[in-house]
Amino acid sequence: MEKIILFAPLLGALIGGFGWRIIGEKNAQYLTTGLLMLAAFLSWIVFLTFDGTTQHIELFRWIESGELSTSWGIRLDRLTAIMFIVINTVSALVHLYSFGYMAHDENFSDDEPYRARFFAYLSFFTFSMLMLVTSDNLVQMFFGWEGVGVASYLLIGFYFKKPSAGAASMKAFIVNRVGDFGFALGIFGLFYLTGSIDMDVVFAKAPELANTQLHFLWTDWNAANLLAFLLFVGAMGKSAQLFLHTWLPDAMEGPTPVSALIHAATMVTAGVFLVARMSPLFEYAPQAQTFIVYIGASTAFFAATVGLVQNDIKRVIAYSTCSQLGYMFVAVGVGAYGPAMFHLLTHAFFKAMLFLGAGSVIHAMHHEQDMRNYGGLRKKIPATYWAMMIGTLAITGVGIPFTHFGFAGFFSKDAIIESAYASGISYAFWMLVVAALFTSFYSWRLIFLTFYGKPRGDKHTHDHAHESPKVMLIPLGVLAFGAVFAGMIWYGSFFGDHNKHNEFFGIPTHHAEADGAHGDDHSGDAADDHGVDTHASEEVTAEDHGVDLVVGEAPQGAIYIAADNTILDDAHHVPAWVILSPFIAMVLGFITAWVFYIKKPDLPRKLSEDQQPLYQFLLNKWYFDELYTAIFVKPSLALGRFLWQRGDVKTIDGAINGLALGIVPFFTRLAGRLQSGFIFTYAFAMVLGIVVLITWMSIGGGAH
Amino acid sequence: MTSVDFSIVLPEFLLAVYALAALLFAVYTGKDKTAGLISWLTAAVFVVLAILIGSRSTGAQSAFNGMFVDDAFARFAKVGILLAGAAVLAMSQDYLKKHDMLKFELPIIVALSTIGMMVMVSAGDLMALYMGLELMSLALYVLASFRRDSTRSSEAGLKYFVLGSLSSGLLLYGASLTYGFAGTTNFAGILSVVKDGAPLGVLFGLVFMITGMAFKVSAVPFHMWTPDVYEGAPTPVTAFFATAPKLAAMALFARVLHDAFGGISSDWSQVVALIAVASMFLGAIAGIGQKDIKRLMAYSSISHMGFALIGVASGTVGGVQAALIYMAIYIVMNIGTFAFIMTMERDGQPVTEIKALNSYWKVSPTKSLAVLFLMFSMAGVPPMVGFFGKLAVLQAAVEANMTWLATAGVVASVIGAFYYLRVVYYMFFGSDVEPLDDTKGGVANIAVLVVGLIMLVGIINLFGVDTLALTAAEALVR
Repeated sequence: MEKIILFAPLLGALIGGFGWRIIGEKNAQYLTTGLLMLAAFLSWIVFLTFDGTTQHIELFRWIESGELSTSWGIRLDRLTAIMFIVINTVSALVHLYSFGYMAHDENFSDDEPYRARFFAYLSFFTFSMLMLVTSDNLVQMFFGWEGVGVASYLLIGFYFKKPSAGAASMKAFIVNRVGDFGFALGIFGLFYLTGSIDMDVVFAKAPELANTQLHFLWTDWNAANLLAFLLFVGAMGKSAQLFLHTWLPDAMEGPTPVSALIHAATMVTAGVFLVARMSPLFEYAPQAQTFIVYIGASTAFFAATVGLVQNDIKRVIAYSTCSQLGYMFVAVGVGAYGPAMFHLLTHAFFKAMLFLGAGSVIHAMHHEQDMRNYGGLRKKIPATYWAMMIGTLAITGVGIPFTHFGFAGFFSKDAIIESAYASGISYAFWMLVVAALFTSFYSWRLIFLTFYGKPRGDKHTHDHAHESPKVMLIPLGVLAFGAVFAGMIWYGSFFGDHNKHNEFFGIPTHHAEADGAHGDDHSGDAADDHGVDTHASEEVTAEDHGVDLVVGEAPQGAIYIAADNTILDDAHHVPAWVILSPFIAMVLGFITAWVFYIKKPDLPRKLSEDQQPLYQFLLNKWYFDELYTAIFVKPSLALGRFLWQRGDVKTIDGAINGLALGIVPFFTRLAGRLQSGFIFTYAFAMVLGIVVLITWMSIGGGAH
Repeated sequence: MTSVDFSIVLPEFLLAVYALAALLFAVYTGKDKTAGLISWLTAAVFVVLAILIGSRSTGAQSAFNGMFVDDAFARFAKVGILLAGAAVLAMSQDYLKKHDMLKFELPIIVALSTIGMMVMVSAGDLMALYMGLELMSLALYVLASFRRDSTRSSEAGLKYFVLGSLSSGLLLYGASLTYGFAGTTNFAGILSVVKDGAPLGVLFGLVFMITGMAFKVSAVPFHMWTPDVYEGAPTPVTAFFATAPKLAAMALFARVLHDAFGGISSDWSQVVALIAVASMFLGAIAGIGQKDIKRLMAYSSISHMGFALIGVASGTVGGVQAALIYMAIYIVMNIGTFAFIMTMERDGQPVTEIKALNSYWKVSPTKSLAVLFLMFSMAGVPPMVGFFGKLAVLQAAVEANMTWLATAGVVASVIGAFYYLRVVYYMFFGSDVEPLDDTKGGVANIAVLVVGLIMLVGIINLFGVDTLALTAAEALVR
């Protein structure tokens, strides 16, 4: 079943991409979508029937090269299962949605086939993403990692006739190179120290790594911290964290379904997944974890501030995504992997929905993306309006505090904020709360600007605004279902209930002192032979918080929580004001937005004029792009131009051309002249030859 | 002449008897009407003899008191010579018939020169060497001027004859010097004399003999005859010149250097290396200026001989093996290319201008593709077979601590790539001119396609040539 899930999208991509001329463009669309639907369906079966025990499914032997020996395999555990449903569900819905959205496109003329290509790219992306999350070793993961990078590049630049799209796709690819370089270094380092790239081997040696020093860049580092940091650099790139975030807003040049699938729900969360997947390593790298927390919190705050003032509907959501990813990283940074994955799941639903809703708005408004030209669309496109409304309620975290009743974002976001408080890093906590306020503000701003007030902008466009077709609304409905209920359904498993959480992720319980009731919880290791040993040793050493593993054995379960990591329990026992704080932030944000855009619509303009420097600072995204252009892009271009003009054109080409066009032809002419046709010349040459040879022999040491 | 001696020279003897019998038969029956028959018959006899020789698996044997040696090395060379001769005869038929040159003497002269080559590669004595060499050369002089009514053909024959005589004189002079100082003409005898340092006279003799042999392989600076003769001689004759005699002369080169002067390889290797470098560069550079494809092939073969001589200059088993591999590949490539040249015609008249190939792919895409493979292979572009030949000789040079020689080889091959690629360029991208005829059928056309294919499939295992060449090289270098 897992194999079908994995390879159905690949099959679709291959047939749809290469064979659409044979089967027809329409059929290619049906085929890819159908296969994705199948994969999504099977994913849910896997997710719901999964028992928490990690399974390894070997597909084939892959690399045999010296010490490097590995197979191509599927690692099926809870993380994989979660990613399965996220990826395949959203992907299937996006496929379906694209039927409507991509039906007509002004970027292509009527006789240019582009739909099959688009669907094939989508399916290819899905395959790569599945490859990434199912990988059982780091190189296979890197393969998927790069695969999604390529797919992202292809899809951002899908409108290849637009120079801005081409530039954006290159930017995404190049910025990700920086992250991937770190990721690759991390893999190399792990292989160097552990002699293997298989996850289990690496995990088993993580405690050793924590006690190893590694010399790198003229300094000795703690190996676990350094390698975890390097891996996180890869995650930063893929997940658009601060300093490597600049590509994500530009990626909105791609078609909107792409933004929903890749740049909101799946690929950008790969970094979070990576850290969660490598939790056995990160648990031994406290400094790296702290670094992650600070980066995540800063990103959440930074992106939220920029999101406040953006006018392009997709860019608002893009910065929102960036901000929410910051939340997830704070969670993984403090060791709360469950809440991180929880937020990843719920975020996938509501963010995909927001994007698809935005796409629906854009579709209705004839590819107008500036919110200043919207307004009053509530009546024109009611279904879209309600979908966006649900998405906004979910992302702002609407729910009733101290109860288990609310939208998806309410549970997952609050869980992260509580974990951040419990971690004791108050910077993270306050950043996230403020970001929550901003999130609420810009989300409502989007709603108010788009759907309320008077119609602005081109009157003709507004008159012709129309509701999107059914194929675009059905995905919105399905996602809305998830956005409303996902939180309530899985709250216990991801965060709320310690036992459920451990069972869900297949973790053998080890906090004897945290909760005395789960001494009998053996669900995680029941099916595993050596699980008992691990478990036993954990219980013995749990008291002194020492190394809690038999060295040489990988930890059980999808994620690993070190003995001294009590974040989840601590998060359950935070003060009431902490639990209440995101709610208050959300309400404050809503009220401010309401005042700004419904009550006194001229207030924002005034404010922006009064606070011109601040407004410009935010509007220009903290001048990151300008800064990077000055620091990196310009010098690189200058260096490139120097090497090209001076090094390549002048020196290398010059030398080659001089040789090829000057010296060689000279000798050619000379040889031609010697070939006179007269026998005596030839004979003379032979005699000369003998003289030379005899002389050569004499001085060359032959005649002693 | 004992029966053992006789059984060793049996193939040469059979061929000689066949040649004489065929001559008598043709003269007393239909004369030129039998030419077709005799051509095919000769080709068939070549193939049969090649099989006969190839199936011999005895170790090294010598006949006539060491005058004649039959070992794996000789057999490798003989099989190559015979097959090359058979291929050239077979593919020339249509061309000869069409251009009214189908004379019965031609296959017989080819057979006679082949006997000379077989004696050459089996020579175990300076006398046998000279005998074989002259038998081959005299036959080739006749072949070069085979088209008596053509001034260019006659001029080619005459030039070849005069210069060939000069080189024979030089060779003989070297042989006498060697004999004078070593006191023997037998290779094994010379070897034992030079074992403890060669007298200066022997070394001078060696240089003169190298000169004579370099003339036969058309190595610089004894190459001057090659372009003129290649251009002037009828194309089938040129094809023959470019293949079998080159292999024979190269084999003789290796034979003399190793069998007679194996102990002083440090003395001759640099002389051979100098010749090799000069040949590679001159072939590459002078070929650029050529407008006639046959002249181009002359320079191409000069350059190729330089590469093969790298292997010889290495003075090791690996070097000889590499040279043999290189020669085998070279012969196959040349058969394909000359087969193609024979099919080049416009309005029924043979054309040898390179420019005539402009946009040839429109005339015949498959043949153009085959020629593309051939040219890439000649230039040594991977993954064509020719690349592996070059790789082998360069490796041999590096292993023999002659890295400078390998480096020079790489540079020369880059320069030489120009004219091969230019042929391809003309065929696929050249401006439209009056197109060549689209000749179809016939052995030559098939040969082009087959050889083009070999350039690609051959890379799988080189048809086992490398292991055979290794056996041959081990038999020679002791």
